[in-house]
Amino acid sequence: MVVRGMGKYLVNLPAVTGRRLVIALPLIWLAVFFFLPLVETLQVSFTSPRRGIPPYEPLWGIGDDGFFTNFTTGNYALLLQYWSDYFGPAFNSIKLAFFSTLVCLLFAYPMAWWIARSNEKWRTILLVLVMLPFWTSSLLRIYALIGLLNPNGFINAAGLWLGLIDAPIQMMQTDFSIYMGMVLTYLPLMILPLYAVMVRLDADLLDAAADLGGSGIQIFRTIILPLTLPGIIAGSLLVFIPAVGEFVIPALLGGPDQLMMGKVLWTEFFRNRDWPVASAIAMLLLAILTVPIIYGRYQDGRDVVAEAPNPKRAEAG
Amino acid sequence: MAPFIRLKSISKHFADVVAVDDLSLDIEKGELFCLLGASGCGKSTLLRLLAGFESPTKGTIEIDGQDMAGVAPADRPVNFMFQNYALFPHMCVADNIGYGLRRAGMRGTELAERVDALLKLVRLHKLGGRKPHQLSGGQRQRVALARALARRPKLLLLDEPLAALDKKLREDTQFELVDIQEKLGTTFIVVTHDQEEAMTLAGRIGIMDAGQLVQVDAPRRLYERPKSSFVADFLGTISFVDAVVASRDKTSITIGGDLNICAACDDDLPVGVAVKLAIRPEKIYLSRTKSGNVNEIEVVVEDLAYLGFATNYRVKTASGQMFKLQQQQRRSLDAPLSWGETGYVHFDPQDVIVLQD
Amino acid sequence: MGRMNGLVLSLGALGFGILYLPIIIMIIFSFNAGKLVSVWSGVSLKWYAGLLENDQLLSAFGTSLLIAVWAATIATIFGICIALAFVRFGNFRSRLALSAIASAPLVMPEIVTGLSMLLLFISMESLFGWPSGRGVDTIIIAHATFGMCFAAVVIQARLRDFDMAIEEAAADLGATQPFIFLSITLPVIAPAVVAAWLLAFTLSFDDLVIASFVSGPGSSTLPIVIFSKVRLGVTPEINALATVMIVVVAVAVIGASWAIRRRLSGRDQNQ
Repeated sequence: MVVRGMGKYLVNLPAVTGRRLVIALPLIWLAVFFFLPLVETLQVSFTSPRRGIPPYEPLWGIGDDGFFTNFTTGNYALLLQYWSDYFGPAFNSIKLAFFSTLVCLLFAYPMAWWIARSNEKWRTILLVLVMLPFWTSSLLRIYALIGLLNPNGFINAAGLWLGLIDAPIQMMQTDFSIYMGMVLTYLPLMILPLYAVMVRLDADLLDAAADLGGSGIQIFRTIILPLTLPGIIAGSLLVFIPAVGEFVIPALLGGPDQLMMGKVLWTEFFRNRDWPVASAIAMLLLAILTVPIIYGRYQDGRDVVAEAPNPKRAEAG
Repeated sequence: MAPFIRLKSISKHFADVVAVDDLSLDIEKGELFCLLGASGCGKSTLLRLLAGFESPTKGTIEIDGQDMAGVAPADRPVNFMFQNYALFPHMCVADNIGYGLRRAGMRGTELAERVDALLKLVRLHKLGGRKPHQLSGGQRQRVALARALARRPKLLLLDEPLAALDKKLREDTQFELVDIQEKLGTTFIVVTHDQEEAMTLAGRIGIMDAGQLVQVDAPRRLYERPKSSFVADFLGTISFVDAVVASRDKTSITIGGDLNICAACDDDLPVGVAVKLAIRPEKIYLSRTKSGNVNEIEVVVEDLAYLGFATNYRVKTASGQMFKLQQQQRRSLDAPLSWGETGYVHFDPQDVIVLQD
Repeated sequence: MGRMNGLVLSLGALGFGILYLPIIIMIIFSFNAGKLVSVWSGVSLKWYAGLLENDQLLSAFGTSLLIAVWAATIATIFGICIALAFVRFGNFRSRLALSAIASAPLVMPEIVTGLSMLLLFISMESLFGWPSGRGVDTIIIAHATFGMCFAAVVIQARLRDFDMAIEEAAADLGATQPFIFLSITLPVIAPAVVAAWLLAFTLSFDDLVIASFVSGPGSSTLPIVIFSKVRLGVTPEINALATVMIVVVAVAVIGASWAIRRRLSGRDQNQ
């Protein structure tokens, strides 16, 4: 131990520098590769497009005549101007994401409860079943969904063949296909936080409530729901926030009526080559999501102790 | 008149485990009854059967004349106090206690007054607004008790109510529990593995082993007159002597061998039958010299433990028979015996328990 | 806990159904001789054969694999650092900053992170000359960046349950810090580290949006190729590819959990 006498305390120098390194490495990486890009995007959102590489004017620079800047709020003015083209999708994104979250919750809650209340063996099996789709590409799963929902896809073919329907039902490019795609993609993300909370729920609490006269619904309302609320919130945020900016699902499953911000950004960027506007849209997206993101961080810190007491154990694995 | 609680031939099977095995028991109204046994003996399962959390595989449960088959926990006149209290962590103390009352439809001032009375009963009067995690273990225990008493159940089931408390607190709470029970007159069934606790609390104790009731009696009778060596060994300490009946008369038997012990015995035991004699440690007297008493045996001190108020001795006879005895600290003419010294034990034939298993 | 009523079970079963029906149909029809998912034309393995000859798909697969391995490894190492900092280092000075910056990528829409990273790479290129053009290394950096945040979450969970007493015992017996970490801490959290690596790997391998932004000519990943094909219409080779990937993953996951169960029960017997 190296002692660095500062009078008041003994400091283990190698340990301290080790610590600083461990903190600094990821901090610097993330600052450079996550935070700085956002700053850069903000900058670009205030410039204008041009031919060439990169396809936008530099925000500022030192030229022959000295300092110059290409600052313009034109992109945001454009967004405002074409409200129906840009802000419409914004609200559509929020609306679709919101209802997708609800649908996910509707399915995820019973599934998570089922898994949490099963015995050890079944629990592992069910968890594997839930995670398995998650480990396989979401792109492929959505592709599979197309095959299912297409006018000449499996469901329509089966329905026609069984005589249940007379003509193919239009399921693609509807809100319904978006919701199905969202559920397919995000269900495991909703299940896991719910499961984590439910599995720690002390079974005695439910017995106690029953013993004290609670019916099934009363027990759910007064005990289960309040104690699983943190899981509900965590899962909902985990689904809602990425869903707002989702691109692949509306691109492959949605039609012109299901325009979402992700798709608009993509189109502006890759088709129209208008990077500044795309950046402005990205900033707009971030602005919309700031409140949920901060709320999520705030929720992370709070904890309701609903667990049965368990001693800390150190098992190798 | 039928007993208040009647369990008739109750069995409970879990997969291939028999937790309760053809058990029958009657409990009187207003009793404080203890189920005592080691872990895994089935006592907690029996309690849960009474509460309605499990259904018996066979047999019937009657409470106050009413058959409980198919009756849900919420509908039984029974309430349960859990071992680790199961307090609702998201509700304050007052809401925890009032939970059962709300489910019964009580509201407003009536509810508040009842909760208040219960808080006073368990001496938590100022703590109604606290949450469970802000309370000490002893306080949580009292909340659990108040909550279970709120609906004025005919029967209160307590699952190891004092197990999570430290020793001093446990002793104080034991008497409190008895006080409350006597004040309310509610029938209590307490499950515990702690014999001292059972002896302190109970009017009657039922000792369980492997899903069956081995003996049901008042504490004194269980201790002084156990009916099996399991019970004799389970409660407190005891010395066993394996022997064969050598001779008998109308009121006593004598065993053979070099011990030549005479025991008071009313049963008609023929000569030659194998018996197990059992003697409690406080009934065995140790002295340096022969005193000419009945059942006097020469022994050597193997081990001793000085406890302050008494000394525990382990002594051995020449033939290898071990006796465990406890000698009270009192003025005596002899100096107390030490390791390796020779002495003489004696005990009254009336204090010798004759067992046949 | 037998309090499962019909509604809960049926909703649960329906959920699992939604999750699996598309995949099952796709797997079945990957063996379909015909092209359409609505007409069964007999069993055939020709799509699988077609896979093996499809150079574009195969090279994209290789690229994705390479990127995913690198990204996962970097992500795991940094993830361990982040997790250690949060669980062990108490209230250090930049805790709030690190906490914000390490949790935001978890919920940020990929399209925002993809676009912003590309803009950064471009301005870095014009300022420093590196990275010169986009390609495999920019994708690796991008994937590692969001991967480390996920890895940190997984490892943090395990670290929280960690009984510090065993490290104290090691210190008491004479070990000093880096050694304690390597010989005690790391082995004990190893399953979480492996899980974190696998998670980062999967996220990288499956990523479409971010890769689309920061890739360059010659560095097409598998999702990029699949996406461009899918936009043109349903191609049965994709069915075959998907089936292969799903089967591989399923075997790996089931095998892993079986192996874990074996190890745990074996240890219980030894105790």
